Amino acid sequence: MAKNPVLDTATDSVAVPGTAPPAPGRSTVRSLLRLWPYVRPVRTRLVVSVAAALLASLSTLVIPVVLGWIVDGPIAEHDLEALWPYAALLLLLGLSEAVFFHARRVVLARPLAGVESTMRGELFGKLQRLPVSFHDRWGSGQLLSRAMSDLYVVRTYLAFPLIFLVVNSLTFLAGIALMFTQDWRLALITLAPTLPLFLLTRRFESRYSRATRMTQDRNGDLATLVEESVLGIRILKAFGRHRSMSERFHEQSTVLRRTELEKAGMLANLWSIVIGLPELALGCSLAVGAYLVAHDEMSAGALVAFLSTALTIRWPIESLGWLIAYSNEAATAADRFFEVLDAPDAEPAETVRTTTPSTTPSATPSTTTTAVKTVTTPDGIRLTGVRFRYPDAPADTPDLLRGIDLHIRSGETMALVGATGSGKTTLTALLPRLYEATAGTITLDGQDIRELDRSRLRELVAVAFEDPTLFSATIRENVLMGAPGAGEDRLRAALATAQAGFVDQLPEGVDTEVGEQGLGLSGGQRQRLALARAVVGDPSFLMLDDPLSALDVHTEALVERALREVLASTTALVVAHRPSTVMLADRVAVLADGRIEAVGTHQELLQSSARYRALMSGEATLAPERSTAR
Amino acid sequence: MTTTCEPVDTRTKDVHPHADLPEDELPPPDDEEDIPVPPGAPSTLLRSLLGPHRRRIATAMTVILLQQAALQAGPLMVALALDRGIPALRDDNAGPLIAVVAAYLGCALLGTLLQWSFIKISARVNQDVLLDLRGRIFRHAQRLSLDFHERYTSGRIISRATSDVEALRELLSEGLQELLTVTLSVCSISVILLVLDWKLGLAALVAFLPLWLITQSFRHRSQPVYRRSRTAAASLIVRFTETMNGIRPVKAFRRERANDIAFGAVNRQSAAATADGLLEVARYGGLSRTTANLWTTAVVVLGAYLVTDGSVELGVLTAFVLYLHRLFEPIDQLAMFLNSYQSAAAALEKIAGLLAHEPTVAEPAEPRELPASTVKGREVHFEKTRFAYRAGKEVLPTFDLLLPAGQTVAVVGATGAGKSTVAKLLARFYDPTEGRITLDGVDLRDLTGPELRRGVVMVTQESFLFSGTVAENIAIGRPGAERAEIEAAARAIGAHDFIAELPDGYDTDVRKRGGRISAGQRQLVAFARALLADPAVLILDEATSSLDVPGERAVQQAMRTVLAGRTAVIIAHRLSTVEIADRVLVMDQGRIVEDGSPRELINGAGRFAQLHQAWRSSLV
Repeated sequence: MAKNPVLDTATDSVAVPGTAPPAPGRSTVRSLLRLWPYVRPVRTRLVVSVAAALLASLSTLVIPVVLGWIVDGPIAEHDLEALWPYAALLLLLGLSEAVFFHARRVVLARPLAGVESTMRGELFGKLQRLPVSFHDRWGSGQLLSRAMSDLYVVRTYLAFPLIFLVVNSLTFLAGIALMFTQDWRLALITLAPTLPLFLLTRRFESRYSRATRMTQDRNGDLATLVEESVLGIRILKAFGRHRSMSERFHEQSTVLRRTELEKAGMLANLWSIVIGLPELALGCSLAVGAYLVAHDEMSAGALVAFLSTALTIRWPIESLGWLIAYSNEAATAADRFFEVLDAPDAEPAETVRTTTPSTTPSATPSTTTTAVKTVTTPDGIRLTGVRFRYPDAPADTPDLLRGIDLHIRSGETMALVGATGSGKTTLTALLPRLYEATAGTITLDGQDIRELDRSRLRELVAVAFEDPTLFSATIRENVLMGAPGAGEDRLRAALATAQAGFVDQLPEGVDTEVGEQGLGLSGGQRQRLALARAVVGDPSFLMLDDPLSALDVHTEALVERALREVLASTTALVVAHRPSTVMLADRVAVLADGRIEAVGTHQELLQSSARYRALMSGEATLAPERSTAR
Repeated sequence: MTTTCEPVDTRTKDVHPHADLPEDELPPPDDEEDIPVPPGAPSTLLRSLLGPHRRRIATAMTVILLQQAALQAGPLMVALALDRGIPALRDDNAGPLIAVVAAYLGCALLGTLLQWSFIKISARVNQDVLLDLRGRIFRHAQRLSLDFHERYTSGRIISRATSDVEALRELLSEGLQELLTVTLSVCSISVILLVLDWKLGLAALVAFLPLWLITQSFRHRSQPVYRRSRTAAASLIVRFTETMNGIRPVKAFRRERANDIAFGAVNRQSAAATADGLLEVARYGGLSRTTANLWTTAVVVLGAYLVTDGSVELGVLTAFVLYLHRLFEPIDQLAMFLNSYQSAAAALEKIAGLLAHEPTVAEPAEPRELPASTVKGREVHFEKTRFAYRAGKEVLPTFDLLLPAGQTVAVVGATGAGKSTVAKLLARFYDPTEGRITLDGVDLRDLTGPELRRGVVMVTQESFLFSGTVAENIAIGRPGAERAEIEAAARAIGAHDFIAELPDGYDTDVRKRGGRISAGQRQLVAFARALLADPAVLILDEATSSLDVPGERAVQQAMRTVLAGRTAVIIAHRLSTVEIADRVLVMDQGRIVEDGSPRELINGAGRFAQLHQAWRSSLV
């Protein structure tokens, strides 16, 4: 039962680095302690809540005593006059119990909801700032389950189990102390199971937290699957494959069910032991106590008193089962949260930005010169010895980019051509530092991009991706993302450049909400909006990744014409797959085998480069290649 | 919570007009009420979920009943030990004591065992119910038509299948035992109280009237709070998934700050709803506890008077008072149960709303089969088809088209001419508003899903990859296909070379959304998928847009053999594709304006001839 090969093999579809089993040095307590920075601001509230809970339990304990007094005193003696003070005391206790009861929750409600949302906000912020390569590896369902259900578990833990862990431990200790004063022999017998219980729960803990971890990870996988099935719904519909997708989902959720059942099995075992052992010990102390009473070593009253004390600490002991279980869930949830938070930004801190004038207002000569430098040396884009490999690429594969040297002169438009999968898109992603080049330097107008503040860099470099993602927002908002604060005229100009006149025929024009991922629009329409977004900010540097692929010939020609004007004043790199796109460029660079093989004008390259000819016409050198493939 | 907004960059304000508004002025979180929940749907759903497990639920209840009995027997045994065991032992007769202690131990063991089995049984019920529910949500989401998906957003479906299911899980796993034990203890103590003294007992039980009122008021007040909480959770999920899926543009366009603010706003809404819910529970707990304790005091005083005037015995009152205290003890548990119950009810409502939504493109009630055919392709006929998207203007006004079996047709025309609509109607992504589309004379609406997909398969312009290996992605075309068949399909389309070069070849994990595989390569995979499906009618909607010229040439080469005998509809912007077509249709504003063989049209003087001319000149 401990090792489940079926479960282990099921994980291979989600070889996410973060879903590895917890590290050996991990302990529940240590994981929980890491939450302290978030709990700190509410620590006073927590203490108050614990105090309220203690006082409420105290009232609960005292009330039966007062009831006893009333029965034995005024009622037994038929003295109704004497009843009233007792009744008043009872009332007072009852009311204070209710008040403490109320207070315990009230003091924590808003602060804890705040803790949860702070943690969530921080996770979200961190995720947005983690490198793209991190997101390549992690299913977004996994991230989502951390942001939602794990943080929910943490919050619930702080609100209830944590409080009662304290309250019940104190009650337990008080009960034990009381028992020892009553009769140390019986107390010893009653406490005998404590040590084995402790050892057993220790063992249980490690197994249970493994299982908890597994269920939480599986929940994340399930969320990923749901998400994919919805995002890929068109393909599933086109092939009528929802049934096989449902089967896959069923399989995965069956695995989750099995893990949950295993967990429940462990819990059942733990509970039985936690409840059963003390009960058995109590039975023994009953026998011994009765023996002692029979031999007049103890009074019957003392035995009753002892047993009732023992019974009052039954709940604190019993509750141990789920308190331990819940602590484990919370610890695992915290682990999963911190896994993301601990992920290295891999972005060298912004300390290198010596050249952004705004950060050093004490205008030293050097800053002013560099500030001027960005304006006065229109050097364009220069890549020198740029190498790149994806961080998770297998060790035996060569780098994707192996020493790119390329100079795009200021104001020039360079087309980048190369076979499918040669790394063109990757190269464009290096400029706005969506990925970090492994070696070499990239400069914009002479300035190393690593020295630029990231957001400043991305302000300078605009990108239109080959997969034009639109966000759930209006068309206006989507386009103006490229130039926050730009006015209507800029919006209009950008839409005109991209030939996106269709927006005026939409129900609410530019204020039409485009659905998630812009699903409501056709590929061509989305592509034009993405293009508008890239050019709206009038960027100094522009990366266009196959910007016209989804356009029809007619629109393509119109966009080209308009784009030419924009390109005239910017330095641009345009990934091109076909001659018509190449025509936008002044010069063309051919990417092959991780290097720039040739640079020249379209005509020059047609003359000199066989590869270029093949890429543009689809003939020549390709035939032999394919024949070897067959 | 302090608002985390530092001096907000004024520029972001324009993009997110609500970002700097105080919480209460925020518009309601993305409203989901466009899906009406039929009255009674949540409880019907719950019944249908629990129904199949009736017997196990009954067993669980019996087990918990017995467990409570075993638990309550403890004090009785102690009394027996004191009253019988000790006196007997004094007479050197250990028998009774041994018997009583044995009984005590027996009860303890039995209680433990029963608790153990209750956990096991109820876990099984819970997990089966959740499995069932998750499956239903998933299958239903898959069944729903594209027009639904275009409005509902994936985030909401995810939140239905995750956080809403989670709410129900909590009720099932923690709430049920609470409810059962509370009910049991309240019932048994009520009976004891009535037996002890029915007048006093009635007086005590009257307390349940105000308690009931308080409970009702709690439910009434908390319902909107919990609904708000579920909706806020869904908006969080929607925002979250959208940001993570679009992380590249988020970074490239420096949306981090704006997103932080927007997410912070929904996050605060969610926190406010959560806190309001907790406060409601606190209020309920406080009020009900106050009521219970007031009542206890009142009954004690009343009891004292009754004892004094002799109508109640002292012993009876003693017992009565002690039991009375225990009657109200589980109120806290009740509060917790109600908490998870209300939360689950709100979640169930959302789920029921989703499940009650019927797909507009429905499976046929009386399915027909396609007639047996000797040729590969099938005849396609659009008969007086009209189509308009939801609340939009008509895209296809009365469209008639007959495609003989085996014909390859290219459809060209400007964006918005209705080409894709024709494709989507033929693939039955949508149903026509009027008229019908037939496949060998059979209306598409009369075909079951699997039958339809044996007939028609479409390769769309978006080439989404599912997580899994490249081979698995191709095999979506035909689950269960042999590796050799998968490779053959990839080879036929010219995708084999790049796949073979991947780190693990066909077994390479495409990871999240195929981030590492270029758009052109993804389109090749999509093609291979379609080839593997081997349909009678193949629709290619812009399926080569991201291919480079050599890639496109290779695909065209392959198409000549692949399409032979099949009926094919090719929608393309690149006129290169047209070369392999038998027939070309030029569309404009939902109508066919030119129709003929490529040669005829090229040599004519129509729109196509012009387009072709322009395209020719764009080539090398």
